[in-house]
Amino acid sequence: MLKIDIQRSMLTSEGKTNLKVCTEIQSNELLCLFGHSGAGKTTLLRILAGLTTPDKGRIVFNDTVWYDSEKKINVPPQRRNVGYMFQDYALFPNMTVEKNISFAQKEKDKEEVDKLLTLFDLGTLRNQHPPKLSGGQKQRVALARALAAKPNLLLLDEPLSALDFDMRLALQHEIRKAHEVLNTITLMVSHDLQEVFHLASSVIMLRNGTVIKEGKPADVFSQSTEWKSRMEYLGL
Amino acid sequence: MNQDFVNTLLLTGRLASWTTVILFIIGFPIAYLLAYKRFFLKAVVEALISMPLVLPPTVLGFYMLVAYSPQNAFGRFLAEHFNTRLAFSFDGVLIASVLFSLPFMIQPLQNGLTSIPKSFRETAYTLGKSEFTTFIRVLIPNMIPSIVTATAMTFAHCIGEFGVVIMVGGNMPGETRVASIAIYDEVQAMNYQTANQYSFILFIISLLILTLIYSMNGKKKIFF
Repeated sequence: MLKIDIQRSMLTSEGKTNLKVCTEIQSNELLCLFGHSGAGKTTLLRILAGLTTPDKGRIVFNDTVWYDSEKKINVPPQRRNVGYMFQDYALFPNMTVEKNISFAQKEKDKEEVDKLLTLFDLGTLRNQHPPKLSGGQKQRVALARALAAKPNLLLLDEPLSALDFDMRLALQHEIRKAHEVLNTITLMVSHDLQEVFHLASSVIMLRNGTVIKEGKPADVFSQSTEWKSRMEYLGL
Repeated sequence: MNQDFVNTLLLTGRLASWTTVILFIIGFPIAYLLAYKRFFLKAVVEALISMPLVLPPTVLGFYMLVAYSPQNAFGRFLAEHFNTRLAFSFDGVLIASVLFSLPFMIQPLQNGLTSIPKSFRETAYTLGKSEFTTFIRVLIPNMIPSIVTATAMTFAHCIGEFGVVIMVGGNMPGETRVASIAIYDEVQAMNYQTANQYSFILFIISLLILTLIYSMNGKKKIFF
């Protein structure tokens, strides 16, 4: 279980605002963070990964305190063991696909690398370097690499935003696969209503740094007339 | 080819090589701090490092001579504890050369580090890698053109150094008389043929180094 109760000031295009999140996420949940640009979705992911420090609050993952402003605890990203997938995928250009994946392992295990290459259909690309891959291939390598570290928590920052529609549909399946292999919490930032309905077991809707709704996708979106009409339009 | 000529060229190579090696070792940590860390008076440190780009070499040379003088604290400390005199010695010229070439090593390294997307470092951290491992395994291999530029520019700049060397080292054959000073000296003595030989060699070395840099920059890695 992941308990979050944090505050952090943010600078957005609309000026200074305060990110304020207080929630609990159950194990095995695939949760989507939904909201407009500047709502604080990426900042929240970065705070969970330890890449951004909140102004105050507390983060506890399965009885381990990751952050506590009162007790001055702030576990660095290296010791949180989260799999973070950036929007640009951040694959290391100097390493092959296989090396990118094995670099993530704490103890070298070639069999495990082979398993991940097969799982994400990357076997034929193992000796390729990232600049030569397509967007969809990069995304699969980034997912495989995030899994290779056997993370406690999988954080995906708009993993499908750089892809075209067909590729998005195909790769939603890969994300679900990654979540199931890991058998832990996955948090994913998304702007896409269809994506949320296909993947998420729950949703947190953020607006200007504040959680305005949370729950199952159908419940969250059907409460708002704005989203209800879009759901109907998309046949969701 | 006469022995003096060869010795002068060897000394020039020795000075440039040592300066480059020393700057390579101290340049990386400094460039890393400037690229990624925020600290008090950072702008002042950056300005001081870049000073040799705008400062006449004679100014630095003059201050180095003042510092080396046994009448001042640093020079006195060296004389009393190590029985060393740095003015008009190879070591003295080497220290001045290191200071004077600082920006040629640090600026390309700093630019190389800042051009690597932040997400590379952050991904490595979330994968449990320390800053040092990230530096060795992720940052260095992705900034090879910057490393070549920094090293080659530092070496090339040292080969052509004149003002600082003549101020701090004078013109002592085998100790401080490097090729650029020898050219000046030979022209003064109207030995144009020897001056021409030195000049031609410096011209070719500089041309080769700059060609290497431009050919490397043409192959710059594309991150995405």
